Amino acid sequence: MIAANKLYLALVVCLPVVVLLGLSVGPVVIPLPEIAQIFGGWHSESGQSSQQKLILEVIRLPRVVLALLVGMLLASCGAVLQGLFRNPLADPTLIGVSAGASVGASAVIVLGTLWTVSGQFAGLPLVAVGAFLGALLAAAIVFRLATSERGTSVSTMLLAGIAISALAGAINQLFSFFADNDMLRRISLWQMGSMDNAGWLQVMICLATLVVLAIFLPRESRALNAMLLGESEARHLGVGVEWLKRRLIFFAAMGVGVSVAVAGTIAFVGLMVPHLVRLLIGPDHRHLIPASAVCGALLMVVADALARIVVAPAELPVGVVTALLGAPFFVMLLMQHKRA
Amino acid sequence: MLRANKLSLQMGGTALLSDVSLQCDAGMVTSLMGPNGAGKTSLLRVLTNEYRSYQGLVELNGKPMGDWPRLERARTMAVLPQHSTLDFPFQVDEVVMLGRIPHDTGAVKDRQIVRSALEKVDAQYLSGRAYPQLSGGEKQRVQLARVLAQIWEPPEIGSTTGERVLLLDEPSASFDLAHQQLLREIVRDMADQGVTVVMVVHDFNLAVSVSDQVVVLCCGCVAEAGDPEQVLQSALIERVFGVPVEVMPHPSTGKPLIFS
Repeated sequence: MIAANKLYLALVVCLPVVVLLGLSVGPVVIPLPEIAQIFGGWHSESGQSSQQKLILEVIRLPRVVLALLVGMLLASCGAVLQGLFRNPLADPTLIGVSAGASVGASAVIVLGTLWTVSGQFAGLPLVAVGAFLGALLAAAIVFRLATSERGTSVSTMLLAGIAISALAGAINQLFSFFADNDMLRRISLWQMGSMDNAGWLQVMICLATLVVLAIFLPRESRALNAMLLGESEARHLGVGVEWLKRRLIFFAAMGVGVSVAVAGTIAFVGLMVPHLVRLLIGPDHRHLIPASAVCGALLMVVADALARIVVAPAELPVGVVTALLGAPFFVMLLMQHKRA
Repeated sequence: MLRANKLSLQMGGTALLSDVSLQCDAGMVTSLMGPNGAGKTSLLRVLTNEYRSYQGLVELNGKPMGDWPRLERARTMAVLPQHSTLDFPFQVDEVVMLGRIPHDTGAVKDRQIVRSALEKVDAQYLSGRAYPQLSGGEKQRVQLARVLAQIWEPPEIGSTTGERVLLLDEPSASFDLAHQQLLREIVRDMADQGVTVVMVVHDFNLAVSVSDQVVVLCCGCVAEAGDPEQVLQSALIERVFGVPVEVMPHPSTGKPLIFS
């Protein structure tokens, strides 16, 4: 284990480097000096250069920033939920958010085409709006199922999450069954997760969500630490356990819901990153949550860059990249667990 | 001071406690005893406000338990559960530091208290180790240090909260001989500081040697309560536990020793 400060220092050094690389690579490579010139405002007005400026400003910058923010949202919400569930291998999608979002997205894709409704709502693609509503609805149902007059049972919530995810999967298949080829392709591409639709509006929404999380989560960190001892132990330490659970589930559903809405389902970031950070600096949430957020940002920017270069000029959905990186990592963790 | 008046608790149609009253005064050690399923842990959970759907009244330092603000109660009353499952790789000091969550005494003071609490339970040598890798008895000692750290300092002069309360659920179950002895000293020392100590114990001899009061529960009712030497007679033990026992004076202390 290392001190949290060292990790922060390493991250502060790494993040700008990775972001610059993310801006640079892709089907059209923009060398770092050009990037500096464009941002500095003293690039030449030649044809190639203004094309690079356009790519950088319209496509790549919002995309890299969005990847960064989505990584932060997923990883910090993952850290919160792992603490809440007292399970270091919990995934933020466990509360039904991703499955619900898939249903919302498929519903918009299929029904929207059938009823010839398409386009945007307040400047956002309808698919994203549908995904967000689906995510929130699923999380709300899971939460209600696990809540009785005696409070919210975290273990019931895990099971309810599995049940609702299964139901959502079935509904999703129903939509796929009625979908034509074009819809099917859109559905499956959406599910793979992608930064394709990155725009400044999506960036602003993620940023606003992240600001809310950044304001509220640090206040809950010590209480989350107490929760790791167990719910009744936390209660004896003066933690208002029931309201804490509600607030944390609300924040996590919001964070994951927003990121799923703007980027589709992106596997493993919310699982892997907090787990890895915990191995490095320990489980204290006061450091775990912010450090996970920055590591998540790093991972997403790298994954997005990889998605753009491995099959250039085409590009892979970034969710496929994180899953390809994440699944073996998860297996490795399990093997380690078995040996320990 | 912890007082319970006519407590009854039903769960799923079963009466777990009926008409239980007891009073544990500041500076006194009270042992809750009784066979499995007699309601000891249920009583402890009602006393600590974990079960809230009971009839009757529980008062902490003269104020109904439900009226206590959360943080104030946590600064006054600490609870050691039978066992804690903590799988996250906290270091030992961090676990003890969790006991300081309800306080805002500052990091320097908190670290001092953590160190003293670890010394008190003879676990200073565990400082810096990863909690999940400790043995069962070591873990329990670290948890004990955590609850001691939670109520380490006496209430400030003029504060309205009253004396501290410490509840322990089978604290010595996983301790070796030396640490059982240490537990006795800690319990006595806390009581001498004025703390109200309530503990669930199975070991008659531990109960006799440290308690000022023994409450024997049977089938959710108080079978007998009072001075340990008077309560723990062979007739009562045979009636409640269904095991014939011999009671003899300890060769050096003269306190009763109970053999089965």
